[in-house]
Amino acid sequence: MIDVQQVSRYFGDIAAVKDVSFQVEKGEIVGFLGPNAAGKTTTMRILTTYLPASSGTAKVAGFDVHEESMQVRKRIGYLPENPPLYQDMRVCDYLDFVAKIKGVDPNDRKKAVQEAMGKVAIDNVSKRVIRHLSKGYKQRVGIAQALVHNPDVLILDEPTIGLDPNQIIEVRELIKSLAGNHTIILSTHTLPEVSMTCERVIIINKGKVVAKDTTEGLTQKHSGARRLTVVVDAPLEDVRKKISALEGVEKVEKAGNGAEYTTLFVDSSKSLDIRPQLAKLIVAQNWPLYEIKAEDVSLEDVFLQLTTNEEGEAS
Amino acid sequence: MKNFLAIFQRETKSYFSSPIAYVVIGLFLVLAGIFYYLIISNFVQMCMRVDMMAQQYRQMPQKMNVNLMAIRPIMHNLSLFALFFLPLVTMRLYSDEKRTGTIELLMTSPVSNWQAIMGKFAAAGALFVLMLAGTFIYIIFIFLYGNPELGPILTGYLGLLLIGLSYISFGLFFSTLTESQIIAAVSTFVFILVFWAIGWISGIVSPTLGNLLSNFSLIEHFDDFAKGVLDTKHIVYYLSFIFMGLFL
Repeated sequence: MIDVQQVSRYFGDIAAVKDVSFQVEKGEIVGFLGPNAAGKTTTMRILTTYLPASSGTAKVAGFDVHEESMQVRKRIGYLPENPPLYQDMRVCDYLDFVAKIKGVDPNDRKKAVQEAMGKVAIDNVSKRVIRHLSKGYKQRVGIAQALVHNPDVLILDEPTIGLDPNQIIEVRELIKSLAGNHTIILSTHTLPEVSMTCERVIIINKGKVVAKDTTEGLTQKHSGARRLTVVVDAPLEDVRKKISALEGVEKVEKAGNGAEYTTLFVDSSKSLDIRPQLAKLIVAQNWPLYEIKAEDVSLEDVFLQLTTNEEGEAS
Repeated sequence: MKNFLAIFQRETKSYFSSPIAYVVIGLFLVLAGIFYYLIISNFVQMCMRVDMMAQQYRQMPQKMNVNLMAIRPIMHNLSLFALFFLPLVTMRLYSDEKRTGTIELLMTSPVSNWQAIMGKFAAAGALFVLMLAGTFIYIIFIFLYGNPELGPILTGYLGLLLIGLSYISFGLFFSTLTESQIIAAVSTFVFILVFWAIGWISGIVSPTLGNLLSNFSLIEHFDDFAKGVLDTKHIVYYLSFIFMGLFL
């Protein structure tokens, strides 16, 4: 659905985006993750034909964003970082105008506006002037604006920024519910958002793609080892020695101080699950066991790892 | 065409749903009214004086030309007021969209730049037509109490319309350059004023250059319209001026 090939964009000498390539299949939700000023917005603006790329090609729904921009524009819905709202219009008039310029058939226009308002639950404010709406409602009007012509591709630039926690959850649910019918790209710098809403994630830093994978794949790939937390009531040195002797265990370290019981992090090689062996050992030793827990390497760790590595290379 | 209409409607609505349109039209008419009053009362006094002189010397009173003496100055004044008001009308057309980010909506919608520009141009033009329409009242009063010629008035209004649209086209151009409405208004204002005054230099410099410069002047071309002369040269000048502003 979206095919980006080695797109670069320079502002003067500075490369905002450099040799970015990725593909998005129909119906996918893809998260665009990166720290501030990583080039997320620039990439999105290129996809939406707002900015031309300095080099490379990008295609949306089979149309080149530069050569056939009008065709592309008909098929995308775009929510920029600041929702593009005419403050002095009423919600319904505004959406009607957007539907008009997006080329919605005049006979279907009323229905399209109604549907878009229904999807984001803003029917109750349809007669209000946009200026007087709260931030959350404005954001929803922005999303409705991107949806009103039922586009194939939705491009959302930080859709949950500035919302309160409840609204964030609502918007995420909304985005999830839209998947399938629409292909969605959303950008964010908050990690939970990606792990909660997206199937795939593209991490971008300093204008370059540093990783692209499914969310699970990414965490697995970048976790070098499995880590377990073990809490038992037994002398530390004894426990450490016995566990270290188990097959596959790479490292045992004490976690935290002052705990009532002995708490250890046990790292093992990725291929081997040592939990059954560990349990057997503990039972055999007759140690009172309080906890065995597998630690997930979080997306946050991966993100930090990738973006800070990059920085190290650059300097 | 559909897109053009959509944008035209939105812009017109936004003029009229905010105080802008009412304030601009209202104050324009107030200003025009004051000067109309001054010019007409001046004209009436002059007529009375001429009549008195004629009675003293027992001659037929000389006929005063209301077109020449009253309507032409009024037209000139209107073109000057338009110079002050129109930059304020056009300044927000694009700078406001840039400031609030709605330009991103417009630029990522299947609307060509040309359609968007023409829509906005037409909306500002429509507002200007309404401003001019308001001044018809003054002209109607002249018809009630005098007998002016209709022709020069119509050409005068045509001239006013063209000169106004020239202002608007350049106002629109400067509005696209900046996010700040004030910068847009001031640069439009200065630019128009320079083109307005460019004819005055023509007396000082060499005849060829002077001729060239006065051909560029906005107001020199207006004189003929106000006199009632309809010259294609002048119409072509204004149209090319408008086109250049829009094209840029």
